[in-house]
Amino acid sequence: MKLLTGNDLATGDVTWWTGSGWSRHVEDAADVGADGEAIARAEEGARRVNVPYVIDAAATPDGPRPAHIKDRIRALGPTVRPDLTLKPADPQAGSWVI
Amino acid sequence: MYRYDHYDQSIVDARVDEFRDQVTRRLSGQLTEDQFKPIRLMNGLYLQLHAYMLRVAIPYGTLDSRQMRMLGSIARDHDRGYGHFTTRQNLQFNWIKLEETPDILAKLATVEMHAIQTSGNCIRNISSDQFAGAAADEVADPRPWAELIRQWSTFHPEFSYLPRKFKIAVIAADEDRAAMRLHDIGIQLVERDGLLGARIYVGGGMGRTPMIAPLIRDFVAADDLMSYLEAALRVYNRYGRRDNIYKARIKILVHEIGADAYRAQVEEEFAAVKQLGLDPPAAELARITAMFAAPPFDPAAPAEIDRTDPDFALWLDQNVRAHKAPGYSIVTISLKPVGGIPGDATADQIDLVADLAERHSFDELRVTHAQNLVLPHVRTSDLHAIWQQLADAGLAEPNLDLATDIIACPGLDYCSLANARSIPLAQKLSERLAPVQHNLGELKMKISGCINACGHHHAGHIGILGVDKKGTENYQLSFGGSGAEDVSLAKITGPGFDEDGVVDAVERATDTYRTLREPGERFLDTYRRVGMQPFKEAIYG
Ligand code: SF4
Repeated sequence: MKLLTGNDLATGDVTWWTGSGWSRHVEDAADVGADGEAIARAEEGARRVNVPYVIDAAATPDGPRPAHIKDRIRALGPTVRPDLTLKPADPQAGSWVI
Repeated sequence: MYRYDHYDQSIVDARVDEFRDQVTRRLSGQLTEDQFKPIRLMNGLYLQLHAYMLRVAIPYGTLDSRQMRMLGSIARDHDRGYGHFTTRQNLQFNWIKLEETPDILAKLATVEMHAIQTSGNCIRNISSDQFAGAAADEVADPRPWAELIRQWSTFHPEFSYLPRKFKIAVIAADEDRAAMRLHDIGIQLVERDGLLGARIYVGGGMGRTPMIAPLIRDFVAADDLMSYLEAALRVYNRYGRRDNIYKARIKILVHEIGADAYRAQVEEEFAAVKQLGLDPPAAELARITAMFAAPPFDPAAPAEIDRTDPDFALWLDQNVRAHKAPGYSIVTISLKPVGGIPGDATADQIDLVADLAERHSFDELRVTHAQNLVLPHVRTSDLHAIWQQLADAGLAEPNLDLATDIIACPGLDYCSLANARSIPLAQKLSERLAPVQHNLGELKMKISGCINACGHHHAGHIGILGVDKKGTENYQLSFGGSGAEDVSLAKITGPGFDEDGVVDAVERATDTYRTLREPGERFLDTYRRVGMQPFKEAIYG
C-alpha cells in the first residue's frame, strides 16, 4: 500500500493522510494508491501539511507498517526515548520499528 | 566573557523581528516552503524526523549562567524538557514548533544568544578549546581571537554564500582539544620571538571525504590574522566548486590544486587584502580582549584536597584537570552516564550546571566538542561539594576520555539525513564496556549515523559509521583515528556488522588490545604499533 505523510506546518508534528484529513497516528493512515502526489499538492497548497511525500507500507493486522525504518521511527518517535513516543505506555512499542 | 555592544544587540534583535515577519508570512501562505526553507535554515531551524529542530549557537563553546538558564527555560517551555549538546559545541532543541520559534529567538536575544549561521553555506559557529583561559599550556587565551572571527564572519557579505559550509577552530596550545586540524581552517596561536601569531591549517574536515588540514602558513602575525583569513576565504570563494556538493568543501580545493598552489594564491591575495585595513584597530582588539581578562583568582586558595572518599577520588582523577592558577581546577561534567544518551541534558540538569557555574566558576561554563560541559575555574577546595551535587543529578560519571565517554550524533532517532541509529549503539557499547573502562585507559569512541560524520567517527580511536544496507541498519567499524595533536584518520576494519555484531566486535578488539598493550599504551598506541592485523583476526576470526 501507499501512504502519504508529512509534517504539520505550524507544529512540525509528523502526520498521516487518513483519506479525509491528517492524523498523528499511522494506524489511521489510508492507502492513497496512485493519488498520493495529487493529494499532497492540494494539501500542501492549503497549508494543511508541510513537505508531504508518498511512502510504501505493508498492511498488517495492527495497521499500516511503513516499509522503511526511517518512516517507522517517524511514526513512533525516537526509539531511545520511549516516554516521548506516541505509545509511552507500551514497552514493546520500540520493537515495531526494527 | 564577551558582552554584546549596541551593534551586536541591534543586529540580533533586527534578525528576530525579520524572522518573525517571515514566519508569519510562511504560516499565512505568502511564502512557500521552497522560499522559506533557506530562510529558516539561516536561522538555525531545520525540519527533522519528528519536528523542527533549532540549533542555538554557543560561540566557541563559552556561556554564562544566565545564558545556560535560558537554555533550560526554553527546554522546559518550548521543548520536551531537554536539549542536546553537539560536537560543534552548540545546543539543539529537538521538538520546536515553527509558530513558537520567533518567541524563542527573542528570548535568546535577551541573553545575547541566537541561531544565526548555525546552518547554510556560510562561516559557522567558531569552535575553540574548552579549557581556554584556564589551561596552563596556552600561549594566549584563544577566545578574543575566536570572538573577533565571530564578528568578522557574522553576516560577512562576501562569505554568506560560500560554495559550502565553513568551520573554523582556534586553539592556543600544543595539545589540541578542539580537533583543530579537522576543520576547514584550523588556527593555532603561537608565539615567535615574543610576537603572537598563528599557524594556519587549511582544508581539513570529516564527512564523505575526510582530510587532515595541511599547514598552509607557519606564522602569520596576530595583527594580520583577519587579513589572512579574508584572503584564505576569498581564494576558496573564487575557486571552490559550486557544481558538485560533494566536491564543494575547501578541503577538496586544497587537495586538488595542492597545498603549494593554494598557498601561493592566498599569499597573492593576502598582499592585496593587507592594504585594505581589515585588521581591527588596537583599541577594538583591546576592548574585546579586556572582556576575557582572567577572573580575580584568590592567590591564597588552598590546593589540598581530601581524597578519602574513593568515588570522589576516582572522579577527581578522571574528570578534573590542573588549572593555571594554583588552588583552582578545571572540572569536566560528563554528559555520558553509562547507558545514557550522549550529550543530552535535562532542563533541571542545565539549571544545576548554571547554578554551579555562577557559584563556583566565576559564572563561566563551556561546552566541549565531545559533548560534555566544563566548569573552567573552580576552587579546588569546592570540588567535593560540587561533585556531590553533580552526583545527585546524575552528572558525576567519572569517565572523561574513557570508553563510555562516547561521542554520538543524533542518528536515525532524530536526524532526517541518517542511515542508522547512533544512540542505541552508544548505549549498548557504554553498558558493555563500563565494567572494564578504567582498565582500558583513554579510548575515544565516536559514532555517526551517516557519512556526514557529525559524530566524528573518522577521528575515533574506535569509529563507527551507520550505513543503510538494503533497508537495515549496518555499522562500519574503523580504528586508529584521532582528533587530537596526534591527528589521524581511522581505517575501516572490514565488512560491517549489525548492531549487536558491532558491540561484540568492539569488545573483541578491546580484549585484544588488553593482551597486546605495553605499559603506558592507549588503545590507539597499541593499534599504531601492531597494526590492523591482530585486531582483524580477533574480530573476523
Ligand atoms: S552524522 Fe548524519 S545522521 Fe548523524 S547528525 Fe550528522 S547528518 Fe544526522
